[in-house]
Amino acid sequence: MKPAEFHMRDREWHPPAFASGYKTSVPRSPKQALLSIDQTWSEITGPRFGHSDIAAGDNDLITNYATTGDAIGERIIVHGRVIDENGRGVPNTLVEIWQANAGGRYRHKKDTYLAPIDPNFGGCGRTITDENGYYFFRTIKPGAYPWRNYVNSWRPAHIHVSIFGTSFSQRLISQMYFEGDPLIAKCPIVNTIKDQAAVGQLIAALDLNATIPLDSIAYKFDIVLRGRRSTLFENRLEGN
Amino acid sequence: MVQSLNYLKETPSQTAGPYVHIGLAPGAAGFDIYKSELGWDIAGPDAIGERITVEGLVIDGTGAPVKDVMLEVWQADANGIYPHPEDPRAAEVAKGFRGWGRVITDFDTGLWSFDTIKPGAVPGRMGRVQASHLNLWIVARGINVGLNTRLYFPEDDAAHAADPILSMIEQRHRVKTLIAQKVAPGKYRFDIRLQGDDETVFLDI
Repeated sequence: MKPAEFHMRDREWHPPAFASGYKTSVPRSPKQALLSIDQTWSEITGPRFGHSDIAAGDNDLITNYATTGDAIGERIIVHGRVIDENGRGVPNTLVEIWQANAGGRYRHKKDTYLAPIDPNFGGCGRTITDENGYYFFRTIKPGAYPWRNYVNSWRPAHIHVSIFGTSFSQRLISQMYFEGDPLIAKCPIVNTIKDQAAVGQLIAALDLNATIPLDSIAYKFDIVLRGRRSTLFENRLEGN
Repeated sequence: MVQSLNYLKETPSQTAGPYVHIGLAPGAAGFDIYKSELGWDIAGPDAIGERITVEGLVIDGTGAPVKDVMLEVWQADANGIYPHPEDPRAAEVAKGFRGWGRVITDFDTGLWSFDTIKPGAVPGRMGRVQASHLNLWIVARGINVGLNTRLYFPEDDAAHAADPILSMIEQRHRVKTLIAQKVAPGKYRFDIRLQGDDETVFLDI
């Protein structure tokens, strides 16, 4: 395959760097315009991962840190596909997640929320997509928690997601929310995104078909990475 | 009416938040959950080239170090080859050379650092040559979309003049924001400024 560029990132679809309602973005947002560059080998290549990089149970957050029993909380499955903007599955790519426990507390020394740590819950997991781009995690549903943005701001239940794709230009971190959560519409971080259709793309749907009877509720969350230009015609990446 | 293009939209980005460390670098954050931590060994033991250390701060618009950053690096080997199947010379890359790493900042000082080898010049478009550089990506609380930039090396002045990316920077005084300082043999300093007079040039790749 000849090398080809990835589709331009739609900066109107993503949140802007500066969003006054999300206060921490105020001193951390670049003020100058980004320099748009033509992609080179540096951008169209990226790190590769394999099954030797992870362990088999890394995608089961109910057990991957447990010592005396399962993690406490609502047992859920989060599953879906990593695909690109052309609808093609992205196989063999690393998906990493992290989240609060059922009470809304992270296992992080900087988190001092009064909800207790669950001794059997670590809060992170990772997996590699299969040949069709499919992935799944088993975890517990994270709790909402308060944070100091406005005096009384609460994060909706969410799971942080990190994805690589095949090139460094596809690198992405985002957050997954849960269908029906009334806190989504109130969240200053969600509301950094202007387009409601884009917000909807971050809300996982309840998926009864994938629910395991008498065990776990399922949510489906597909992740879309930048697509790639067709290589049907000669392009100029390598020169004339 | 016209036909629909039927492209999907990229999943929109959200901030990595204050706890990115437990998710992506739990071992470095003092949290022992995985058997192997990813991203701490960029070059591997067998790579040829000059062994270097790079360190720096990410500094916010008030001048304070950002203490909850995660930074990733993607780089070519000393011959300018990326360990990726589409690089035509990928088979020549030394075994164990990953070219990718991730680090988090010290929670008290904001300092980050990593060890690697200095990359070689990389082919650019239209037959041009890109000077040796590291591709960097930073995320943190308050950063809504991860920021891409590049680090170039101060001793490569002549190559910088011909570099197609550096050449594109219209305000020439900003070029220096992408060039590390050499502070000791094999040791470089690269501070990234999110705002202000010396705001780092960030890239839309």
